[in-house]
Amino acid sequence: MSLLSVENLRAGYGAIDVLHGISIDVRKGEIVSLIGANGAGKTSTLMCISRVNRLRGGRIAFNGTDITPLPAHQVVKLGLAHVPEGRRIFPRLTVRENLEMGAFLRNDRDGIAKDMEDVFTLFPVLKERLAQLGGTLSGGEQQMLAIGRALMSRPTMLMMDEPSMGIAPLLVARIFDAVRELRSRGMTILLVEQNARAALKFSDRGYVLETGNVVLSDTGAALLASPRVREAYLGE
Amino acid sequence: MEMTAAEVFFQQVVNGLSNGMIIALIALGYTMVYGIVELINWAHGDLFMLGAFFALTLVGIFGVTEASGMGATGTIVVLLFSSALFCGTFNYAVDWVAYRPLRKAPKLTLLVTAIGISFIFVNIGLFWGGLPMEVFGGGNSAAAPKDFPPLVPAQALFGNEEKVHVSVRDGLVFGVTVPLMIALWWLVRHTKLGTAMRAVAQNPTAASLMGINVDRVIGATFFIGGALGGFASVVYSLYNNTISFQMGFRAGMDAFTAAVLGGIGSLPGAVLGGLLIGLTRSMSDQYLETQWTNTIVFAILILILVFRPSGLLGLRAKEKV
Ligand SMILES: Nc1ncnc2c1ncn2[C@@H]1O[C@H](COP(=O)(O)OP(=O)(O)O)[C@@H](O)[C@H]1O
Ligand SMILES: [Mg+2]
Repeated sequence: MSLLSVENLRAGYGAIDVLHGISIDVRKGEIVSLIGANGAGKTSTLMCISRVNRLRGGRIAFNGTDITPLPAHQVVKLGLAHVPEGRRIFPRLTVRENLEMGAFLRNDRDGIAKDMEDVFTLFPVLKERLAQLGGTLSGGEQQMLAIGRALMSRPTMLMMDEPSMGIAPLLVARIFDAVRELRSRGMTILLVEQNARAALKFSDRGYVLETGNVVLSDTGAALLASPRVREAYLGE
Repeated sequence: MEMTAAEVFFQQVVNGLSNGMIIALIALGYTMVYGIVELINWAHGDLFMLGAFFALTLVGIFGVTEASGMGATGTIVVLLFSSALFCGTFNYAVDWVAYRPLRKAPKLTLLVTAIGISFIFVNIGLFWGGLPMEVFGGGNSAAAPKDFPPLVPAQALFGNEEKVHVSVRDGLVFGVTVPLMIALWWLVRHTKLGTAMRAVAQNPTAASLMGINVDRVIGATFFIGGALGGFASVVYSLYNNTISFQMGFRAGMDAFTAAVLGGIGSLPGAVLGGLLIGLTRSMSDQYLETQWTNTIVFAILILILVFRPSGLLGLRAKEKV
């Protein structure tokens, strides 16, 4: 049974339709990538799934619950966390406060403290920066903070929107390492990446989005080998 | 016994600081709401006015009209908290009914709505002053200023009554405003709700992704800002002994100017701005003429908006709280 199931999702902005009926399934424990050119609708898809953006049609279910009618703040409670595009950390909260906000719905002090330590084993630099304001971190550190913050809700599934965007290559490697590490701990992940090659390499499956439609879906390896993907997204 | 020039000056400093603390308490309501929804809450001064009318109504019901020991003290405490609850609830309700449906609307739409709410409040005040109660002069002249009974004596608390002194009323002002400001600072800095309020102000979308009910946090902000206005209305009434349905305009203008001067969105800025405006008013009243005072406050507002819109302690860029 799939953990996340998106059926025939349609959405748009103003007079313009942007998503024209997208269907995506993510099973428990999988890493699934969503790839596509700039403007294809990847971010809109994730924003609809986390119920920030309105739907114009379709149905989204998470862990057996129909989340289509829910407001955004009730989705994370069910175990679905979203690391949004552009990180969106709280720039004038400290790193510690940012992480605490990730645990907003929890009241188990000990569990929260333990999970914060877990975040530090994944991203040790955050521990050194605990008292610093989020906005003073480098881009890569902010991305780590955004991922750490999402993990603080103790999710069963993580959606990440272009975690490598605008980040120094060395830190990109670190972040991809962290994604693999999370995967090995059993986290289910839906990953949006412009860096299609890196993403597909460690993905179980992938979907290719073009102007608001899913045009291809297959295993990560098959997509890497597909001529269409190689030509359009891997620059070959 | 004449006061020397220096004594006059220091007495005006005391008066200015007291008035400034009241202005600051109102300014905090402006700045908190602005910080979280970028709304200049035009009706905030008028909400403050309604708080004073509510308090005077309670005074009429209790029948305590003199500073007579414990009876007066108990009444003052009840007035402070009832008015705070009244203004907080009223502000929350207005957010729920009028502003919440406009969360995604242009900021100008919100502002125009707030101006409309201000008119409604002023007219509620006018109607209220016409109620046939003794405290409202029997309802014979709805628009007339109303006497607020002197529940707090004006005598000296420290110093010589004929010279420089801090009165019991000044003591009331500081005794109420300082603890409230400390409590607010603690709430905003050190509680989960306070951190959530700052998070919502900085990035509402991200806040909702954390499971924060953004509308509820905004509602709490309106409640707290309104409650501070309610406390301020009782302190003001006891300090000045007269209230009017039009008093929200001047109080609102002073407090808004204070918030902008300090840096709108900044809590310490609102307090600093309040004190500076209070001192400016008392110095202008003393050394220029009282009729110039409002002009000077307006001039400060305009100069700040033109030359330093971020205020004294505000953030430079387009950021808030
Ligand atoms: N807030 C918005 N308002 C209007 N149009 C938008 C908005 N966000 C995205 N779009 C448009 O929707 C389309 C899909 O964008 P997006 O979901 O951000 O794509 P991607 O993440 O794949 O780059 C684009 O054409 C983009 O211009
Ligand atoms: Mg995008």
